[in-house]
Amino acid sequence: MSARSSEAASAGCADCPARPIAQLERLGIHVEDGDYVVALAGNPNTGKSTVFNALTGLRQHTGNWPGKTVTRAEGGFQYAGKRFKLVDLPGTYSLLATSPDEEVARDFLLFGQPDVAVVVLDATRLERNLNLALQVMEITPRAVVCLNLMDEARRHGLAIDDRRLARDLGVPVVPTEARARRGLEALLSAIHDVAAGRAACRERRLPSEPPGFKEAVDHLAGLVQRAYPRLPNARWVAVRLLDGDERIIQAVRTGEWGFSDAAASPGLPPLAT
Amino acid sequence: MLASAQRLRWRIGRDFHDRLVEAVYSESARLADRAVAWPGRKPRFDWDRAVDRIVTSRRWGFPLMVLLFAVVFWITISGANVPSGWLSWLLVDQGAGWLRSVAVEWGVPGWIRGLTVDGVYLATAWVVSVMLPPMAIFFPMFTLLEDFGYLPRVAFNLDGLFRRAGAHGKQSLSMMMGFGCNAAGVVATRIIDSPRERLIAMLTNNFALCNGRWPTQILVASLFLGTQAPAWLAGTVSSMAVVGVVLLGVALSLVASWLLSRTVLEGQVSTFSLELPPYRPPRLWQTLYTSFVDRTVYVLWRAVVFAAPAGAVIWLVANVEAGGQSVAAWIAGALDPIGHLIGLNGVILLAYIIAIPANEIVIPTVLMLTVLTSGLTGVGAGAGVMFELESPANTLAVLEAGGWTVLTGVNLMLFSLLHNPCSTTLYTIYKESGSWRWAALAALLPLGMGFLATLLVAQIWRLAS
Repeated sequence: MSARSSEAASAGCADCPARPIAQLERLGIHVEDGDYVVALAGNPNTGKSTVFNALTGLRQHTGNWPGKTVTRAEGGFQYAGKRFKLVDLPGTYSLLATSPDEEVARDFLLFGQPDVAVVVLDATRLERNLNLALQVMEITPRAVVCLNLMDEARRHGLAIDDRRLARDLGVPVVPTEARARRGLEALLSAIHDVAAGRAACRERRLPSEPPGFKEAVDHLAGLVQRAYPRLPNARWVAVRLLDGDERIIQAVRTGEWGFSDAAASPGLPPLAT
Repeated sequence: MLASAQRLRWRIGRDFHDRLVEAVYSESARLADRAVAWPGRKPRFDWDRAVDRIVTSRRWGFPLMVLLFAVVFWITISGANVPSGWLSWLLVDQGAGWLRSVAVEWGVPGWIRGLTVDGVYLATAWVVSVMLPPMAIFFPMFTLLEDFGYLPRVAFNLDGLFRRAGAHGKQSLSMMMGFGCNAAGVVATRIIDSPRERLIAMLTNNFALCNGRWPTQILVASLFLGTQAPAWLAGTVSSMAVVGVVLLGVALSLVASWLLSRTVLEGQVSTFSLELPPYRPPRLWQTLYTSFVDRTVYVLWRAVVFAAPAGAVIWLVANVEAGGQSVAAWIAGALDPIGHLIGLNGVILLAYIIAIPANEIVIPTVLMLTVLTSGLTGVGAGAGVMFELESPANTLAVLEAGGWTVLTGVNLMLFSLLHNPCSTTLYTIYKESGSWRWAALAALLPLGMGFLATLLVAQIWRLAS
């Protein structure tokens, strides 16, 4: 893991935007039979769609505007001989599912079972952006943090210790400037490492848990797991149930996601086009 | 399982949710604090702040916004004239003429030739040539403003106004988009999360005068209002009249939002946090490409799909005869009493019915029907063939032969603002809301207001004169 971020931090030839990224083949929308599924999450205005376009060679509209990407966009790329399917989720501030965007993003992370979740952060607004990263990591620890807009951060006089952040979070952190295509190679190799299980990601727990919380979650998670053996993250569902999340309660009641039976890839709910 | 969750929730405590959220927030703060350092001082001058202080200020925010959009519309309308002329020459003049001669050569029966070339092809070609250039200019400019970061500031400026009308602040943006094309404006309401407020935005989008109606407004204003003023004032008077109609549309969209939010779409105004993103230089070529593909081609395709069958209908009503008179003449005659009551005439109402696919073809249809029903000779291109005249004076002569007065002109301007959206927009509303009932309401609401407004004006006008 630490090898990853030091590579990312190295400047010079490897980060030159003029140099084509070795081993990367942009596949556009041709994403059938990918080896890995990568979800791309992030707040609005973090350059998430720019990252998506840079990796896939597509021209998904990059708008600095909440609600731009109401439907997910999919694209593909090939890196180091593996085919990756990249799913661009709507930009959201949280995963509490208070809006359709958040619901789409959350459902995909939970039930789309991505191999890697890339969280794009705005380096100039790290504190607020980390909220989303932490929420994503509650659902899946197989995450890569893409610290984007590093150029703007520098202009604002910020210095960000990405190695320390990576240590604290327990997942790879890659500084990038997606507009100038800097740092994408390091991002790709971090994604590859996490997807192949080569980078160890630490599971995180809430720092301060109320008394009786752990027992309650363990008990509920056991029930959830028994009822829906295919569910990827029973613990997270248990926490949401404890929280009284209406959406999750409803989903459990109706079994609407179909994770109790053989429905292999539930994907995303259909949206109006 | 749910029961057990319920029980456990009580045991853990009710502030559990807040504690969960708080835990995430404090953890973010802690991590960010550890990772971020401020070695350099802040730059001396913060451009974003400085620009924001002007464009969102109480005093300058509004005038700047109006000015900016006036420039955008001016560029759109004046810039579209030339390419529209080319396309019209290529598709309408040359294309239709060529197709006609090919049909004659092949010995295609006259009625098939009329139906396909003069009806279907001409309507489609007309829609493409008048819709494509303005959209290809307006949408990229709009997208550039969006990418630059100005549009969130517009929403910020107008939020208070729309909130008082029971609508969502972001409705201002779908409305702005509606000035380009209502169908695109309806799609743009996707940025509104709350379904209730999104419906309000969809139903009232039609009050934004779309690109297809600007030329009608400008033509009628200069023919009937400009000519009332002394020559040196004519231009000013007619443009003021058009601006007045646009502002009336904005005001009525607020009134309609207010009405809807107090009747069928009653509910709480949802709060939303709007981030004012940093200004970023737009990426020009990518913007041009995406706005063209995502918006222009999308809208144009839908318009073409509706224009083709309508072209056939327009040709048929003008050419199918019953009892020595064309169907068009019968219907126009039947609609005349209603038309007269509201200061219009049967021809105009019929034109608005059969030219429902696109507001752009209303005036050509009106001209064709006027010539057909008033028995003028030597003008136009034959029954069921839409046309436009080069000189405004000739257009005025045709319309006056059809019995038009200043009142007709004024009320046509009102009715052009206040009538059902074009079929492309209605279909989009149906697709976006998933219900024909909302689409029907979107058609009936402005139509009702249009009848009421024109009726009032006509009665007062007749009393006064």
